Amino acid sequence: MSSTALWYSTRASGIVALVLLTLTMILGLITTNRIRARNWPGFAQQEIHRRISMIAMVVVGIHVLTSVLDTYVNISWAAIVVPFTSSYARFWVGVGSIALDLMAAVFVSSILRARMRPSTWRAVHWLAYLCWPVALAHTFGMGTDAGEPWVMVLGTLCVASVGAALLWRLRATGRRGPVGQQSAPSPQAQLEPAGARNLEPAGAVNGVRRDA
Amino acid sequence: MIRITIDPVACDAYGYCAELLPEAISLDEWGYPIVNGAPLPPGLVAAAKRAARDCPRRAITLREKKGGS
Amino acid sequence: MTPSACAPPKETSHYQLLGHPTDLAGHLRTLGPLPLPATDGRAWGDWLLRALQASGLSGRGGAGFPTSVKLDLARAGGGIVVVNGMESEPASHKDTVLLTTVPHLVLDGAQLMAAACGASEVLVCVPAGRDRVADALSLAIAERRAQSHAATPEVVVRPPARFVAGEESALARWIATGLSLPSFRPDKGVPLRIGRRRALVHNAETLAHVGLIARHGPDAFRSRGIPEEPGTTLVTVSGAVALPGVVEVDRGTPLQDIVARSAPVDTIGAMLVGGYGGTWVGPPDFEMPYASISLRTIGASAGVGVIVALGAAACGIAESARLAHYMAGQGAGQCGPCVHGLPAIATDLTRLAQGRPDPELTERLLRRLTQVEGRGACRHPDGVVGMVRSALRVFAADVSAHQRGAPCPQWNDAPQLYLPRDTGG
Repeated sequence: MSSTALWYSTRASGIVALVLLTLTMILGLITTNRIRARNWPGFAQQEIHRRISMIAMVVVGIHVLTSVLDTYVNISWAAIVVPFTSSYARFWVGVGSIALDLMAAVFVSSILRARMRPSTWRAVHWLAYLCWPVALAHTFGMGTDAGEPWVMVLGTLCVASVGAALLWRLRATGRRGPVGQQSAPSPQAQLEPAGARNLEPAGAVNGVRRDA
Repeated sequence: MIRITIDPVACDAYGYCAELLPEAISLDEWGYPIVNGAPLPPGLVAAAKRAARDCPRRAITLREKKGGS
Repeated sequence: MTPSACAPPKETSHYQLLGHPTDLAGHLRTLGPLPLPATDGRAWGDWLLRALQASGLSGRGGAGFPTSVKLDLARAGGGIVVVNGMESEPASHKDTVLLTTVPHLVLDGAQLMAAACGASEVLVCVPAGRDRVADALSLAIAERRAQSHAATPEVVVRPPARFVAGEESALARWIATGLSLPSFRPDKGVPLRIGRRRALVHNAETLAHVGLIARHGPDAFRSRGIPEEPGTTLVTVSGAVALPGVVEVDRGTPLQDIVARSAPVDTIGAMLVGGYGGTWVGPPDFEMPYASISLRTIGASAGVGVIVALGAAACGIAESARLAHYMAGQGAGQCGPCVHGLPAIATDLTRLAQGRPDPELTERLLRRLTQVEGRGACRHPDGVVGMVRSALRVFAADVSAHQRGAPCPQWNDAPQLYLPRDTGG
């Protein structure tokens, strides 16, 4: 493949990856146990979230592969996983490798989900909240197409939609509250008049009470 | 004979299990699963395994129960 | 009265838990030395196991699980024996009485269990706030240490004073992690653990019985009570009685005989048996023996030794609604059906008591009772469901009246049943 073709592939797959990762984020954010949309099974949403994230990983793989194979600029294999070690565009390629590392962690944690505590899995999975903005920064920091109007529109749309989904998620979770709260206020007060008599057996009467 | 057990502490009423296995699991008025106690027919075992795998809180386990326990 | 329930105690049997000296010297003088093994004895442990099996002792903490079976499951070295002195049941006072008047009997029982299952520690659980009991225990433990009476170290710990904190898996979890939450245990054959160590949790009264059975033998225990449920049991009687308190009775004594000893001040309309998560019993069943085998015939069990006598003038539905609200607030907050179902049930019961039912109330209430039962990690919701079901049955006349829209004339009166102020521990 010519260097130009590789370069175009890198740029194209990068944009596509960003869009797919954005979709993944949105689908993950609008997963919550309380909202039941009509005719929209929750398990299907979870399934789509997973599948799109897989496709995103594949496209990121293409993006990374083509960037290394492109001999026009020097990016070593190591540089894609070890941040800030690339000879070309050290900083922004480094940001990209951070995003890649985070993505790998999220992916591995989900593969091994059954073998870890739910709280551990959740902690690692929430690295996605870090991964996505880092990937976004890498996209615009690398700069190749960042100046193009359509790319800027796309970027704005991505940010806006993730922001909206995040806001929705925060409101939905906030309204629900922790399970520990009672679902209805207790009208106990109506049944307990003031000065409830304390019937605790004081100075407990013990000792043997036999009949004979 | 496979029996479905749901850990009520882990369960957070996502309801995916009832979507995947409506023949065996229904939801109460608050969204929490009720498992009908009958043993699972062989045709539904695959769906049950999927429900167990897809539960976001890992609340479902499938147990082998010998005979009528 | 059935013959087996009123068989007079044999002359040779002096089996009783209460009334012994509180100090260690007096305790040993009256009851004799503690029969601990001289060496680490697997054989001795087998002996205790057989003695407990022969005695037929079952747990006095509410579940009534055979004590020997529980010991058998926990026999591996290095574990912990936990004395459950939490007594979260508001209507129960027996464990407090035991721990303040005969602490050495309870602690001796714990020592015996520790020796039989190779435990290295005895933890005595007393709720935060119940300082009188904790102080009495600390005094007794200091006595034992000074006279080298206890082979296994004994320590008092203070879990939070919430109802659910007394549940045995919640206790084990609190000791291990500081979180007082019950665990889901679908397989009761798997022993409780505190961290990696096995835990043997027993109610204080159960251990007191162990302390006596090891000294006097299983036959002494069997000389009291009835063949199916032998021994004595401590019952806290409260409510419309002049002398509320704790009495020691033969298991299988008729309910009304137990209440008679506490001098009822009123005609008794109903009795709440087994605790606030227990069962209401109406006048036709007042002669029933206090034993699970008999109570089972009316869908009840002995539970914790508690009888609350409700005067005939009080309203059982109003009292049950108050209990339901209290119990709804005392759950651990972990399981959806309990968190949502219990307040809903309590609210409907309140509406009934206030004579403001809607047409679907009965159907809704009954449906929810069935839905909530058995769907929590612990038995807390089941107790409430059982109590409410029995209330609907025993107070059926009141239910009909309220359904017709007549509010209870008594619901503005002072409540009959004691409910503690939530300390929010």
